[in-house]
Amino acid sequence: MRSAVRLKEKEMQSQRGGNLIEMPGNSNRIRCEKKRQGLINWLFLAPCLLTLALCAGWPLLKTIYFSFTDAALDSLNDFQFIGIDNFISLARDQDWWIAVKNTFVITVVAVPLETILGMIIALILHRNFKGRGWMRAIVLVPWTIPTIVSARMWAWMLNDVYGIVNELLISVGVIDSPIPWIASNTLSIVSIILVDVWKTTPYMALLLLAGLQSLPQDCFEAAEVDSIPFHKLLMKIILPLMKPTIVVAMIFRGLETFKIFDLVYILSSGNSATATMSVFARKHLVDYADVGFGSAAATALLFFIAFLSIFYISFNRKKLNKLS
Amino acid sequence: MIKAENKWKYKKLLKNTAFVGICLIVAACCLFPFYWAVVSSFRDGANIFSTDLWPTHLSFENYKTVFKDKTFLCSFWNSAAVATMTAFLTLAVCLFAAYPLARHKFPGRKRVLMIALGVTTLPQVAVLSGMFELIRVLDIYNEKAALVLSYMIITVPFTLWTMTNFMKSIPKEIEEAAIMDGASQRVILTKVFLPILGPAIVTTGLLAFIAAWNEFLFALTFTLTNQARTVPVSLALFSGASQHEVPYGLIMAASVLVTLPLVMLVVIFQRRIISGLTAGSVKG
Repeated sequence: MRSAVRLKEKEMQSQRGGNLIEMPGNSNRIRCEKKRQGLINWLFLAPCLLTLALCAGWPLLKTIYFSFTDAALDSLNDFQFIGIDNFISLARDQDWWIAVKNTFVITVVAVPLETILGMIIALILHRNFKGRGWMRAIVLVPWTIPTIVSARMWAWMLNDVYGIVNELLISVGVIDSPIPWIASNTLSIVSIILVDVWKTTPYMALLLLAGLQSLPQDCFEAAEVDSIPFHKLLMKIILPLMKPTIVVAMIFRGLETFKIFDLVYILSSGNSATATMSVFARKHLVDYADVGFGSAAATALLFFIAFLSIFYISFNRKKLNKLS
Repeated sequence: MIKAENKWKYKKLLKNTAFVGICLIVAACCLFPFYWAVVSSFRDGANIFSTDLWPTHLSFENYKTVFKDKTFLCSFWNSAAVATMTAFLTLAVCLFAAYPLARHKFPGRKRVLMIALGVTTLPQVAVLSGMFELIRVLDIYNEKAALVLSYMIITVPFTLWTMTNFMKSIPKEIEEAAIMDGASQRVILTKVFLPILGPAIVTTGLLAFIAAWNEFLFALTFTLTNQARTVPVSLALFSGASQHEVPYGLIMAASVLVTLPLVMLVVIFQRRIISGLTAGSVKG
């Protein structure tokens, strides 16, 4: 650490005319130079920090503030401070707890599925074979397609009367009669998970592939030379070494899935039995124009996410540190 | 001896076939929904309900209707303008910020990066009402500026991290050589770093563009009229008179048109996009 500082100082000196010899009288000038450099650093950072403050910091604080008021969408300047009333009625709202449950179910089912499938794809892409570039491009396609487009595409494929999915399943003999994938509440959650897994597995695969590529490659070669069966290589070498990467990737995906909105909005036709926390919050905020209550729901979601991320990160701090 | 060799060959062949099989299954799963959308988009009228897996009968009727639809063309233009603006502004802001973060050690550096990371985990609804008020105050509701402003919350933290990582990977020697030659910091940034960072700028700009192009929640909330909507919103609100009259052929044609540019960009730039996507998060 100290040597780094020293190096820095030398560098600054050299900037002022290549004087690399340290003299006792120079320390004052160095301090001055350091201050100037700090100022320049913050000057460079200023536009970015201002943007973040304007479009993240301020709206966030304002939302938390609104959650303690009875503000309505058409009277954002005229409201009363009502304490924690919004949170009390939120805790008593049955639909909210349904939304919480749905969000948890989707996250807990979708993220492990994505991890397993993503790992399979990552292992495929890690192998050196002809057409690997093509495979990589193909795998990226679901990630590229805008969420709304994929939701609409799947809604069409899962249509109960004309959908190709029912048709294929019937022709293969898995089911006898068409299944109402989107009309039924339970199945609608299944469809949401299905589409979410389809859409985000590529991203997961890329994260895991990056992890695979940073492993020491000689263990793969050694395993091949010793003709160790693949499942053994996977269980004894790859997975233990990949654990930190997998944990971090799962946290990222878990936090992302927790905020899920677009897919649910399209695939569940606004039904409160299939809503997630984001959908619930937006519905009250915009559709019912109840900014106070909607903000309370959004703040609650924020706390869920903050809790999860702090819990996870502190739980895995050691591994995270090792990773970075 | 020969027998053993044959057995080994046989085993290898089996293994390779299994591998190709898995590859084909994965590729089919990834591509089929988009393929089906393309096939459906070429079926007009009652043909749309055909479940033939192959395109039986080509009709451009749906595409013609979409191109005649002024609202859709308008939203296409809106999306392109908003996404381009967002990408440029994000790059401008983040290029400057990433320089000290990547190349200098100073107190507060880690905190800035942690704040940016924290913002990426923020749920969009958590800023929705505050953003709504801000947009009202600035008087830009139902305008493109509102969308650009709100999209920055998604693109800036991500771009900042990716850019910082890219800048960190530039060898120190290049900077030192420039210093030795008497270059000032401004010169280093514009004449040395910027050209080296070209590919990274393309990558992060592309990712910001895609994120802005695909965004839905803010676009749905901060626009009101057909003239201001972006593509995802007009696609989501595209519906027929009743539940059973959803014009699926039209929706599929519009979906294909919206997705095609992105798919092409990704196929062309796949290597760069992958490096950008993974640089920001895992290596941290």
